[in-house]
Amino acid sequence: MSLQKFISEAISPWMKKDGADSDIVLSSRIRLARNLKEYKFPLLATMEESSAVVKQVKESLLTDDNQETGPLELVLMEDLKANEKRVLVEKHLISPNLAEQSKHGAVILSEDESVSIMINEEDHLRIQCLFPGFQLTKGLEAASRLDDWIEERVTYAFDEKRGYLTSCPTNVGTGLRASVMMHLPALAMTRQLNKILPAINQLGLVVRGIYGEGSEALGNLFQVSNQLTLGKSEQDIVEDLRDVVMQLIQQERAAREVLMQSSKLQLEDRVYRSYGILSYSRVIESKEATQRLSDVRLGIDVGLLENVSANILNELMILTQPGFLQQYAGEVLSPDLRDERRATLIRERLKLENDTNE
Amino acid sequence: MKCQECGEREATLHFTKIVNGKKAEFHICEHCAREKGEHIPGSNSFSIHQLLSGLLHLDKPINTSQDKVNRPKELVCHNCGMKYEQFTRTGRFGCAACYKSFEDKLDPILKRVHSGNHTHSGKIPVRVGGGIQLQREIDSLKAQMKQYIEREEFEQAAETRDQIRALEEQKKNQGEG
Repeated sequence: MSLQKFISEAISPWMKKDGADSDIVLSSRIRLARNLKEYKFPLLATMEESSAVVKQVKESLLTDDNQETGPLELVLMEDLKANEKRVLVEKHLISPNLAEQSKHGAVILSEDESVSIMINEEDHLRIQCLFPGFQLTKGLEAASRLDDWIEERVTYAFDEKRGYLTSCPTNVGTGLRASVMMHLPALAMTRQLNKILPAINQLGLVVRGIYGEGSEALGNLFQVSNQLTLGKSEQDIVEDLRDVVMQLIQQERAAREVLMQSSKLQLEDRVYRSYGILSYSRVIESKEATQRLSDVRLGIDVGLLENVSANILNELMILTQPGFLQQYAGEVLSPDLRDERRATLIRERLKLENDTNE
Repeated sequence: MKCQECGEREATLHFTKIVNGKKAEFHICEHCAREKGEHIPGSNSFSIHQLLSGLLHLDKPINTSQDKVNRPKELVCHNCGMKYEQFTRTGRFGCAACYKSFEDKLDPILKRVHSGNHTHSGKIPVRVGGGIQLQREIDSLKAQMKQYIEREEFEQAAETRDQIRALEEQKKNQGEG
């Protein structure tokens, strides 16, 4: 398969659209946890019960047209090969937990992959809507409409006092987890993150590296999300998160200004060295690759590097994950081979960029 | 870098854990990670549940000699059979009915997790919660009416009272329908 064709198939269509503030906020995500009233939660459900949940959801949701999402397709985890599941995880369409451990796990996807509804993850339903750039409010509205559409067709477990009932008490109430993926290289370089991140935690928000809990931030990518789900309305939760994200955007922009004014040459040197390594290296580990990609993306955003599209970071961050490398290679790769293939893929991708510009 | 567990395969997972306040770095291969049941970054973290389970155990009352004599019977969910002790260990409920079964224990737990909140004030599903939605509107109108009376704005208070009556009528019909 040609690289161009592979990329166009690999990257979710929703990612190719533009969103607000997309130089700093790569994507926004709204997730709603919901359960069906009459079944035990997946943790205790028998195989038969889990299978019945999939059957009921399929019959209730897929026999109807949803104007807004367009056609929906159901994929059973048991029908997928290990690497196909891995690719879905790397695209953030399913959780590792659904890929590896769920009983009768399944996912419903929309054509542009902006909607993903996991079935039998920790809760019966995990409704997820993804948007490019910074679009939390619009995201919440869309997710809420989809939630209404689903609720017309299945009966949710809901309690007047506790709200939407979930398997884990950390999700009960609204079941809402709103999050944004942010690229904060200038705050990292100017050593301000160590001060800012604990402050954000104090505000009841969670900041994580891109690969979820307990991992270091790779490529200066952070996920900021709400922690509490109970006692506040969905709009308030999203608004509180939005305010903090707006401040972070301002601080990152200010830090970029400072870098450009006080150490433009050093920054330019760093950006071009990283660009050089990505353009010419023959073996590159994922940790280094994400760091270099972060430098290049910053260079593009502050105007030091031209003729490379800004999307390249989001794209290559995903494409250079093990699952995608293996999918592109068409075989299982040892870690050493992956490092080689990663370098090759990045070189080819950057070359493609240069060819289009000539 | 070789895996620090088996020393044979390349380490592909690198993560930092805080153990007893000290930072410890781990470099292991996927195979050993799976064997050890080590939490793989990005996978649905087990740590939150361990943390939660630690929190849940905090609500154990301090045993008095009285308690030892007449031990309360263990709480069990009538619907799914989950024991309360099992819930505190796993940090997860077994079914929707667990919320009612463990109702008396939940307020302090939820408060701890949700910054002092234990009652939902967000969205209400249309089909399941029509009556709840009406009740919320009635409650908010009643509060408004009280304010009008306090401010001696009796005309507005009377209007609000009529709105409340209409909604209560609607709710009654819904219940019968």
